[in-house]
Amino acid sequence: MIILVASLILFLVGLYAIITKRNMIKVAVGFSLIEYSVNFLFAIVGFRPGALPPILQAVEVGKVYSDPLPQALVLTAIVIGLGVTAFMLSLILRLYNRIGSFDLEEIQRLKG
Amino acid sequence: MEIFPVLLIAIPLGGAFLIPILYKAWNRLAEIVAGLCLAAVLALSIYLAFFLVPGKPLVYLFGNWPVPLGIAFTVDRLSSFMLLVVSILVFFSYIFAIRYMDHFTGSGKFYTLYLLMLVGMNGVVMTGDLFNMFVFIEIASISSYALVAFGTEAEELEAGFKYMVMGEIASMMILLAIAFIYAATSTLNLADISRSFAAMDKTPGFWFVLILLMSGFSIKAALVPFHSWLPDAHPSAPAPISALLSGVFIKVLGVYAMARILFNVYGVSRASYPAVFNALLILGLASIIIASLLALYQKDYKRLLAYSSISQIGYIVLALGIGNEFALIGALAHILSHSLGKGLLFLTSGSVVYRVGERDITKFTGGLGKQMPWTSLSYNLGALSVAGMPPFLGFFSKLFIILGAVKAGFIVPAVVAGLFAVVTLGYLLKITNKVFWGKEGIKGIKESPFVMVFAMVSLVVLLVAGGAFFFWLKPHLLQPAADVLLKGTEYAEIVFRIGAGG
Repeated sequence: MIILVASLILFLVGLYAIITKRNMIKVAVGFSLIEYSVNFLFAIVGFRPGALPPILQAVEVGKVYSDPLPQALVLTAIVIGLGVTAFMLSLILRLYNRIGSFDLEEIQRLKG
Repeated sequence: MEIFPVLLIAIPLGGAFLIPILYKAWNRLAEIVAGLCLAAVLALSIYLAFFLVPGKPLVYLFGNWPVPLGIAFTVDRLSSFMLLVVSILVFFSYIFAIRYMDHFTGSGKFYTLYLLMLVGMNGVVMTGDLFNMFVFIEIASISSYALVAFGTEAEELEAGFKYMVMGEIASMMILLAIAFIYAATSTLNLADISRSFAAMDKTPGFWFVLILLMSGFSIKAALVPFHSWLPDAHPSAPAPISALLSGVFIKVLGVYAMARILFNVYGVSRASYPAVFNALLILGLASIIIASLLALYQKDYKRLLAYSSISQIGYIVLALGIGNEFALIGALAHILSHSLGKGLLFLTSGSVVYRVGERDITKFTGGLGKQMPWTSLSYNLGALSVAGMPPFLGFFSKLFIILGAVKAGFIVPAVVAGLFAVVTLGYLLKITNKVFWGKEGIKGIKESPFVMVFAMVSLVVLLVAGGAFFFWLKPHLLQPAADVLLKGTEYAEIVFRIGAGG
């Protein structure tokens, strides 16, 4: 339960950064925080207290095994997160080259 | 036929892999490879959309793992209907793009991203696995962020950044909801989740996860409180991409995913949980009203069309919120008619930009209709269809939505939907009035190249044919797709019956 709350707090910290920060790099950092909070939650989901590693050598009835699937999911999510972060940073870099600023207020051109 | 779902992913993915290698040798090779892939996808989708037996979905098991264990593609009539909608517009936008992209450099990169976006959309439609759905959503989204920023001018980069921020917040909400669902059910297969949900207590956490998912998909679909990114993002993309984003992208990632999860996984119906459907009804009405009124004040050709897209998505979500048979058929028909119609309107904007190089309609003096007769004709007929005038397809889709609302006793939504069809016509005719009608034209403008005209006229023909043969389309295409939604959690039983054997 504490872990659940901790990952939700991390999610909200990331969301706070995205909503309030004017510096685009800080927005990208906010996204990394959100991604890691979700990955963290996913990794915890597979945990069982006192469980054995999920490698079956013989059929043992009544033993608790931890769930290996969330780790595979987290790996996929990390790779997607890498793609998102890399693309976001390259967009920020192109914007910086055009405008010479990381400030979201200064790049604002579109409205209506 | 069992292999078709895999081919629909593998062909465009293979094309996206080949193009960056081949186009260095000869630029036109990118277009040829993309064209072959898209023609193959279109042929497969048409076959699936009309010849798949209703109630007997194709279940393709990856690695031959039986259903709740591995990843399975489940293509039922709703999926095949969406595949058809996607592949028609993707194909004609491609034909338009062949000449339109002359203005841009890097055609190899463009077609790679184009095919990757198609892979993502096809995957979302076909997959029967929740996490797999998230992966395909991300493939489609990341390619679309890149395509919105494709021009790399300051405005386009800004729009791309805004779009990316909103889109990623949505994706992360969806991923968080998937983590919660996995924690509660220990499964990711949609059919298996549906079974677990049926046996589960409806605690507040259960509804919290639904709200997370709905918010995520609403951002992807750009419903009104979540719409702020769309009027920036869609006009900034090159015209064929605007057509795709407004025509199919928001419907696949937003509306289709939302409907699939609500009706088939959560298994809610208007009778059992009216609150969920009232929320959709209110979101839909807000989108129709606010986006239509904002569209009246737009001066930019493509921005006006983008606001119009939000309001038309509102019609679809309103129909989902009404949730009876008539309204669902109307929603699906509107997905088809709006994808063709709005795709067509964005293509005409591309045609005008290609020849005139200007999007601000206050700077036009009118009279372009004499110099560009085919573009003008396509725009006007497309506008009539989007607004819902007979005899086009758009008339029947709105008619069925309104009939559904009246039948369910929602008189106010029915009146609003009818009234705002007229407002739609009003703001779309603003472009006709400022750009196409009138005497003086801009000098030295001639009609766009043949392939661009061909793409636009083909979509007009499809809209007219859709209207003329609507009562043939209804039993053969729309009714089986609506039945999938109406049957609700029977989806799980069908998938288990076909896929659990291994």
